[in-house]
Amino acid sequence: MNDRLIQLNAEYAAAIDDDRLEDWPAFFTADCLYRVTTRDNHRRGMPAGLIYADSRDMLADRVLSLRKANIYESQGYRHLVGVPRILEQDDNGLQAATSFMVLRVDRQGRTDVFASGLYLDDVQPDGAAMLLRRRDVVCDSSRIDTLLAIPL
Amino acid sequence: MPASTPPAGIAAPTPWPAEVYSYVPYWVFQREDVLQAEQQRVFEGPVWNYLALEAEIPQAGDFKTTFVGRMPVVVTRDADGEIYAFENRCAHRGALIALDDFGNASEHTCVYHAWRYDNQGNLRSVAFENGVQGKGGMPKTFCRERHGPRKLRVTTFCGLVFGSLHDDVPPIEEYLGDEVCERVERVLGKPVEVIGRFTQTLPNNWKLYAENVRDTYHASLLHTFFTTFGITRLTQEGGVRVSENGGNHASASYSRVVAGEETAYTQQAIRSENAELRITDLSMLNNVDEFGDGIVLQMLSVFPGFVLQQIHNAIAVRQILPTGVDSTDLHWTYLGFADDTPELRRMRLKQSNLVGPAGFVSMEDGAVGGFVQRGIAVAEHEGSVIELGGHDTQSQDYRATESSIRGFWRAYRTNMSL
Repeated sequence: MNDRLIQLNAEYAAAIDDDRLEDWPAFFTADCLYRVTTRDNHRRGMPAGLIYADSRDMLADRVLSLRKANIYESQGYRHLVGVPRILEQDDNGLQAATSFMVLRVDRQGRTDVFASGLYLDDVQPDGAAMLLRRRDVVCDSSRIDTLLAIPL
Repeated sequence: MPASTPPAGIAAPTPWPAEVYSYVPYWVFQREDVLQAEQQRVFEGPVWNYLALEAEIPQAGDFKTTFVGRMPVVVTRDADGEIYAFENRCAHRGALIALDDFGNASEHTCVYHAWRYDNQGNLRSVAFENGVQGKGGMPKTFCRERHGPRKLRVTTFCGLVFGSLHDDVPPIEEYLGDEVCERVERVLGKPVEVIGRFTQTLPNNWKLYAENVRDTYHASLLHTFFTTFGITRLTQEGGVRVSENGGNHASASYSRVVAGEETAYTQQAIRSENAELRITDLSMLNNVDEFGDGIVLQMLSVFPGFVLQQIHNAIAVRQILPTGVDSTDLHWTYLGFADDTPELRRMRLKQSNLVGPAGFVSMEDGAVGGFVQRGIAVAEHEGSVIELGGHDTQSQDYRATESSIRGFWRAYRTNMSL
């Protein structure tokens, strides 16, 4: 299952970095929870997120909104995703913590470290692949530069 | 019209006619000397700066570090239950006294040379004050009472903690004005709980964001989330209240729904060929009329840098702090109430998608100030046109006005003598 999670993360990162955001919700279960927060909030048990989606439909809605409604300068990400650290595992799936770093390239061509942190995942098998039941994106820094448009 | 005399040290490249608030020269967003003068005349002037929530420092010894403009500040609750604030700068050689964002301490000791302060900011002891084995130490003339960080006046209103460096600041109720007081009380009438904190770095001068939060004109034009998806907000009326001094405002949008009922949002495709433009999961748009008055959206600002937001049930305070001529920190504190039901708390979490750095109806605000900052790069001899709804700073029963932005500039010019 570990290999399948590595594969899932590789495909997940490629979908976002290749600007195939429409493919991104498919990595989640229909009743998933996807949340972007910070280490400080996580430590203090504060539940609010920068993004808080409790269904796959909400993820698809966010992508549609980014494409059709929200206004932001063109930009791109490069995800560097670490090797998953398996926290728990049984037949129904696994919990894992995986480091990530996201570089953001802006319209002027400037590349910055936009975010680093941990994916805290609850993953279930789905045939030969795996699906995210829950992904908490816990950013190391409490600071977001300008805006967070494209998902992490 | 006579041009006002700029404060000493500000070499204005173009005049700014006195008492004009519908024209703002772009050089005020671009100059280091203006930023320096703002620290003294605005943030350390006769204003109340938002510092903290009482709920963030509930126990004796609890402290928070924050800023007044760019001045680092410690806000703390002492054993007497009162809240005190002082500059976070050791009286000895200027190092920060407190190094954590939040904490609990019965006293504060500077890490550099262990000068020790009580929670009211009084210098209590100096390491080796009498030297070692009779040698060295402070001179006999040294008087601890004459040394210490600058202390702030502190006041509270509805659980908000404000501080001032100035002797002539009016009482907080008078400073806010009756209408703004009512609008704060309306939202913060019972104990709050912090449910999340985020900091957003804005690539622009702080005043461009102060304008943005007072700008009722841009809401449906820049933020196209609702209109793109044909989401009808059933909003029928609204208005803007501007305080007597101009600097504080409250704008509101009312819903047609019966007070106390849950608001149903409807969505229709704008045109049949746009039928694919539909939000599938509308649950984040459910909301409860928790204040029982049909107001679905209220934005409120207090000069210079405080914002209270109620967007449906997403409640937050924002603190605007300059970090440079073209950089600003925006601190978001998301709130719930201590008596929230689990359902209402969940509703707030889902509605947090609307606001903040990734919000469907606010992410653009993080970038638009930068668009202005970059747009005006060589336009220091030009200025902005802020004439929607006229030239004055009165309250209005409509929102197609820039009255509250002009109010900000009136308060700003008064404080800056500019």
